[in-house]
Amino acid sequence: MNQIDEAPAVIRVEGVHKSFGDLHVLKGCDLTVRSGEVAVLVGPSGSGKSTLLRCINQLEEPTAGRVLVDGEVQGYRPDPLPDGRWQKLRPAEIAAQRSRIGMVFQRFHLFPHLTALGNVMEAPVQVRGLPKAAAEQKARELLERVGLGDRADHYPSELSGGQQQRVAIARALAMDPELMLFDEPTSALDPELVSEVLTVLKDLAADGMTMVVVTHEMGFAREVADQVVFMDEGRILESGTAEQVIDAPRSERLKGFLDSVL
Amino acid sequence: MGQRGRNDPDRGSEPPAVTTTPVPDPIRAKAAPRPGTWISAVIVALLAVGLIAFLVTNPVLEWGTVATYLLDVKVVQGVGWTLLLTLLSMVLGTVVALTAAIMRRSENPVLRGVSWAYIFVFRGIPVYTQLVFWGLFTVIVPKIVVGVPFGPELLSFSTRDLLTAFWAAVIGLGLNEGAYLAEIIRSGLNSVDKGQTEASKALGMGGGSILRRIIVPQAMRVIVPPLGNETIGMLKTTSLVLAVPFTLDLTFATNGIANKLFTPIPLLIVAALWYLAITSVLMVGQHYLERYFGRGFDARTPARGGGGGRGGRSRQAAVNSAGTTPQNPLPEVEL
Repeated sequence: MNQIDEAPAVIRVEGVHKSFGDLHVLKGCDLTVRSGEVAVLVGPSGSGKSTLLRCINQLEEPTAGRVLVDGEVQGYRPDPLPDGRWQKLRPAEIAAQRSRIGMVFQRFHLFPHLTALGNVMEAPVQVRGLPKAAAEQKARELLERVGLGDRADHYPSELSGGQQQRVAIARALAMDPELMLFDEPTSALDPELVSEVLTVLKDLAADGMTMVVVTHEMGFAREVADQVVFMDEGRILESGTAEQVIDAPRSERLKGFLDSVL
Repeated sequence: MGQRGRNDPDRGSEPPAVTTTPVPDPIRAKAAPRPGTWISAVIVALLAVGLIAFLVTNPVLEWGTVATYLLDVKVVQGVGWTLLLTLLSMVLGTVVALTAAIMRRSENPVLRGVSWAYIFVFRGIPVYTQLVFWGLFTVIVPKIVVGVPFGPELLSFSTRDLLTAFWAAVIGLGLNEGAYLAEIIRSGLNSVDKGQTEASKALGMGGGSILRRIIVPQAMRVIVPPLGNETIGMLKTTSLVLAVPFTLDLTFATNGIANKLFTPIPLLIVAALWYLAITSVLMVGQHYLERYFGRGFDARTPARGGGGGRGGRSRQAAVNSAGTTPQNPLPEVEL
């Protein structure tokens, strides 16, 4: 833990609010994730976990506050304009910022018209301009790494949910991301397929990947998380180590939540 | 990492393998009596036979004249021009429609507005009227001048030299078609699941490559069947090009012969037979086009690299079962 405490912050979320019209989803969230750290976001559904995650890679624009990744403000120029407004980045600059952050979705969102190999090769070829041969070699290595070397030529519809999610993880890793975001990566899976995806996540954590994981898998949080963050109604109510948050909850809200999931 | 993965890729998570267990005692069923099926079949068959007999024996139809002129040079040339008109106006229409559909999806209100206005105007005016207009274009706009407004002329073209009756017909048909296809293409693009765009964005892909590599290939499943219908419709619409006037197409050729011989009916049959023949060919073409966008896993076109022995379905089947496009391929067309 000491090692991580001194590591540089990869993600800093500072006072982020998000509203969709009248719906105030995030009400001032602060979060720091250091290099190599695994942060697990837990909380009841509708508490804003996914929205907070999506603010980190700009799939949602914060209404207030800001997100820094590697010290770089996401979505805006570093300094405000003389009139106090913030200059938004151009789409290509936003895409470049996103390309350094891997994201895995609850419902996989694999490209159905491409094989597993094609899914993993797509972004390195299209975004990084990697030659096809090099991209293919790398994609095969990544599929091997998630245990799907022999499924490279299968289309997503020919794969089980757990296999699809592992392809999705390989697809995100193909861009050599500095950090990975997981939005309930096992929630859409049949129970017997959950462990194969969690195994890949644990391996990634062991390799030192910086990760933010939204999940209901408390066992995984206890085993892997350096930081467990409990969210409720758009606010971060408690955060700390798994022992502090899961084993010694302070707020009634968290106690109630843990009773319902454990 | 990935120790378990490498050594044990099948962790009980495979879709089950297909096995054939012999069925012990299959049911021997007798069909329920359905006399209505037989009665209706006999009535409809009798009517059909009667109609065919009428067509064959009716002297007014002059099947001898039909046979004489079916392969007449003017008629065959007319078929060629009709095919060329259909092809070129569909290509123009598709290019215009794709542009208009992408403009309709743009965040830029000017592009959206112009696209809306284009569709409104060209879909709302009868194609016959539009063709007459394009025929008169050289009268309305005799000269196209590139230069500084109120200043010197840099280049100038006489439209009469550029816009022949043939190209006026192609432009007229193509721009009219583009307005319809734009709505078809737009609803095809909109039918692709939003998660596909999000996943591409999260990978750092830009708008253009998301559209080209991810959205359009999936939208094609929804777009191709109505595109085939539109092509067949266009084949028949080309019979209106005498409005321009363009006078070499199939309908004009058969009408010309009919007027000379004072026998309109057999020449109408000649034209009808040719339109039917071309439609049949286009239907075959549509079939292959649909298969092209289903390439990858159709039983006849196995997956790239053999797919580990389990390839056997179409790429389109993969798109379908992913549920990223609606099951009903008929798009809602709205303005």
